[in-house]
Parts: sequence; structure tokens; C-alpha cells
Amino acid sequence: MSVTIMISRRLLIGILTLLFVSILVFAGTEILPGDVAHAVLGQAATPESLALVRERLGLNEPVHVRYIVWLLNFVRGDFGASLATFGGSLAGQDIATELLNRGWNTMLLAGSTALIAVPLSIFLGLTAAIKPGGLVDRVLTSISLALISFPDFLVAVLLVTIFAIKLRWLPAIASIRPSYDFFDWVRILILPVAGLTFTILAHMLRMTRSAVIDVLSSPAIEMAILKGVPRRRLLIKHALPNAIGPIVNVIALNLAYLISGVVVIETMFNYNGLGRYMVEAVTNRDIPVVQACAMIFCSVYVIVNLISDVIAILSNPRVRYPK
Amino acid sequence: MNSENHDWKSFLLDLVSDLTPGAFVSILFLILVILIGLFAPWLAPFDQGEILTNVSFEPPSSMLWLGSDFLGRDLLSRLISGVRVTLFLALMITFLSFFLGVGLGFLAAAFGGKVDATISRINDALLSFPSLMLALIVINSLGSSFVVLVITIAFIDMTRVFRVARALAVNIMVMDYVEAAIVRGEGKVWIILHEVLPNSLTPLAAEFGIRFTYAILFISALSFLGLGVQPPQSDLGVLVKENMQALLYGEYTNIYPAVTIAAIAISMNVFVDWLLKKSSAKLSEEI
Repeated sequence: MSVTIMISRRLLIGILTLLFVSILVFAGTEILPGDVAHAVLGQAATPESLALVRERLGLNEPVHVRYIVWLLNFVRGDFGASLATFGGSLAGQDIATELLNRGWNTMLLAGSTALIAVPLSIFLGLTAAIKPGGLVDRVLTSISLALISFPDFLVAVLLVTIFAIKLRWLPAIASIRPSYDFFDWVRILILPVAGLTFTILAHMLRMTRSAVIDVLSSPAIEMAILKGVPRRRLLIKHALPNAIGPIVNVIALNLAYLISGVVVIETMFNYNGLGRYMVEAVTNRDIPVVQACAMIFCSVYVIVNLISDVIAILSNPRVRYPK
Repeated sequence: MNSENHDWKSFLLDLVSDLTPGAFVSILFLILVILIGLFAPWLAPFDQGEILTNVSFEPPSSMLWLGSDFLGRDLLSRLISGVRVTLFLALMITFLSFFLGVGLGFLAAAFGGKVDATISRINDALLSFPSLMLALIVINSLGSSFVVLVITIAFIDMTRVFRVARALAVNIMVMDYVEAAIVRGEGKVWIILHEVLPNSLTPLAAEFGIRFTYAILFISALSFLGLGVQPPQSDLGVLVKENMQALLYGEYTNIYPAVTIAAIAISMNVFVDWLLKKSSAKLSEEI
């Protein structure tokens, strides 16, 4: 199969997955006991107000029509209005503006974490894999085994205790003011980024290590060892090209941890990002916001997996040079 | 077959003699934690809900060994009962996810063809969903009672268990002894129960440990977000969340439950690691 066909097939599967995800998000938020209008109004539900809210939210349409309208609006970037500020005025906050603002903050947090965690964990994973069972490997494996057992919030709680409460070097809460310059941002981001880095570092290190060990034990590498290729050349010229696919896969998989990590860390530090927005929305049953946030998180996840698969296809010599 | 009893004994002896120090300590700790969970109401020095002092975050004393929580309740008693709730939920989740995941995985492998393709496709589609998102959506709609939490997380876990169980069973289905059983005219269910299940017990036990740890971490994270176990019920995650203010007082009130979660998870992981090395089985590291 040629590369183009493989990639277009993968793209098609990606689009189908996104559609499936959207159906699940929509259906999942619609399986409420009662309907959305009841959930919004709660105690304040009178027949008149219910009818008004149903009209406003378009709840009188059949389910499949509502789904298609919702999906088309989503694709156009129209996420509707938040219900939290719905109140009597029926004029909720525009979700899209809010998403843009908080999405940027979350990108900053997740992006800085990825920039630190990805190279670091690949380096450490490679170091451990060079001599499996050696001292360095045993130390790194033990530490990472402990770290993957930590709940997402533990490292952050410990960091806050030490650096914010005891030493008073950094703020314990990462609230954002418009007046912040670059250094203020760095100051508030250090602890959340460090906490988040630890939550994904260990997973990535372990996966990189086992991916590289897998490659190193392949017949091709054995052949190279028997030919007498020097160690350094062996790793860089022979092992690394074969390990690119698996390693990219590892990075993509860790986005799942990064997503749940972002949600926990943002809530813990009161950081004004998408994760906290979603938790608040779930707490308040703010359904349009939950739908929008879930769609964004899931789409990012699906798209990153898609990109990683495409890179894996491109980096596989057997696919690039078909017989 | 009459030597089965003997085999079990030598198998156990073999296991014990191979214990590494780390695995030994982990198993002891896990047994201790399970005992604490079982006998929590009798072990706790005070009623976990009773307000004993009007001082929040009182430092540890001879009466309150770990001090008081934000409402002046005994933290040790709440910690003990939190262990019970967390273990109970995690066990329920893992049992349910194994019952469904292993069942479907073995069926898919044994029947193959269209059955396998259909179940696997659906499973792959579900895996494309970040698990926390799925949980948050369901909790948003149905609230977070014990039943909703257990079923939701078990469902999420099931998709992972399915993959492992199916992969294990697919490898066993091509063995000569399975072929012999097919030729003998045994049915699929007989083969699953008598050939596939006994031959995949060790890796499945290891996977059980991994999923159990994952369930503990997941439910703790949800409770920490305020979306898991709801007061007056409290698990370890709730204890971490509700005592966050303690940090500002320079007390470690919420670090005890957080470290307890980590200690249980570490012990389980060390134990699983040892079990896997011992059986030289390999499980995927993905979650």
C-alpha cells in the first residue's frame, strides 16, 4: 500500500472518530433525568419559565435535529451561551469568547509542560534503555514506578508545601491579572508546570525505555552488534530511526495524562484555564459549557493521535519504500 | 490430576522463596491496608463524623494522633474510614471491569471473525475518548452516587481490560492443545473455561493489580475535583480536597491521605512488577 493511501485512510478514520466522539458527547450530556430546562432552572421551574427556556435552547426540536444543529454550530465556532449566568435575563455569557481566553491559558500551561517533559523523558528513557538492568536503569525505573503511583495532585501539594508555604518563594495560587508581564507569568507557572511535568514524566520515561529496549532486541540490531558497529553509532544510526515511530506514539499517548493532569492541576492552583472551566461547569450542570469543553479536549486528543500515526507511517522505511 | 494439591503447595513455596525485599514489604503493607479497610469501624479511635474540638487543623497530640481536620474531627479516624471507602470502590470497579472485559475479550478471541471485528472496533472507538472526559460527562448528567461512579469507571476500565484479555486469548487460541480440544469436539465455552482461562491467570492477575491501582488514582482524582465521592461520605481524595487550607496553617493534614493513596498504589505496582517478572509475561504499559 502506498503512503498516500495509508495516510488518507488514517485521515478518514480520524474524521469518523471525531464524529463518533461528538455523538457520544452530545448523547452523554442529553441522558439527563428530566431535560436540560429542568436542570437549568432547578427549584425555579414554573411551567412558564420551563417553556421559555425550552424555546430559547431549542429543546422542542427532535433529538437528531438538535444534534445536527449543535454540530454545525460547533464546527462554525458558535458554542452558544453559558447557562451559569443565564438567570432571569436569559442572556448567558458567550462561550466562544471564554473558551478563547481560557484556551490560551491552558495552551500555555500544557505547552510549557510538554516542552520540558518530552525531551527530558526521552533523554532519561534512552539513558535507562542503553544498559537495561544497570545501576542507572534500576534507579530510574524505581523512581518512575513510584511516580506513576502518585495521584495527580500529590506532587503539586508537596511542591506548594515546600516552595510556597515553607520557603515562600512562589505563589501557591496561579491567578492571572491582566497587568502581568512575562516574569509574573513565569512566577505563577513554575509550580503548576513542575507538578504537571512530574505526572507525565514517569509514564513517558517508562514507555520510551520499553520501546527502545524492544527495538534494541530486534534481529537487525543484533546483526549490527555482530558486525561490530560501535555502541554510539549503533544507538544513533541503527536504533533511533527504528524507535521514532514508537516514541512518537508514546508522546501522543501521554497527552491523555496531560489532559487529566491539566484538569486536576488547574483546579488545584485556581488557574483560569479550560480544565477548571469544565470542572466548574460540571459542578453547576452548565451543559453547553460541558459539551464545548469536552469536544475541545477530545478533539485535541484525537487529532494528536492522528498526527502521531501519520508520523509513524512516514517514519517507517518499509512503508516509505514499497517493494 | 491427583497431584494438583501438591503442585499448588510447591507453587506457593516457589513464590515465597522468590520474594524480593521490595515485593515482601509491599505485600505486607497491602495486607495491612486490606485489614484496615475490613475492620475500619472497630479500629478507628473515634467516630469519623464527630466534631471533637473547635480548633481546625489542631497539631497531632496524644489524643488525636494525626491532629484534627478542618471541622475539628479526628483525622486518623477519617483516614481509616477513607481507606475503607476508597478500597471498596476500587475493588467494585475492578471486579466489574474484569467481569465484563475478560468475558468479552475471551469471547472475541474464541469466536474470531465478525464477532471479534465488531467488538474490537467498538472498543477502539471508545478508547479514542480521554477517560476523564467520559467520566465528567456522565457525572454531569447523572450526578456522582456510588453506583454511577462504579459503573462509569468500570466501563472505562473495561475497554483496557478487553484489549489485554483479547490479546492473551488470541495467543492461546493458536496453541496445539486448543487445536486438539477443537478436534475433540469441545465447544467454545468449554475451551474458554478449561484452556484459555487457566493459561492466562498470572498476566490477568497482574493486570488486575494495574487496573486496581488505576481505579484508586482515578476515583481519588475525581473526589479531589469535588466530583467523586460526596460528603458526608468521604474517601481519601475527599480528605485531600477538604483539608487543602491546612497547608496555609503549616499543617500536613491533607498530605497524610495523599501519601496513603500513593503508598497503596506504589505497593500494588511493586507487587505487580514482581509478578510480571516472575511469570515473564508482558503487558502493554498504556493506560
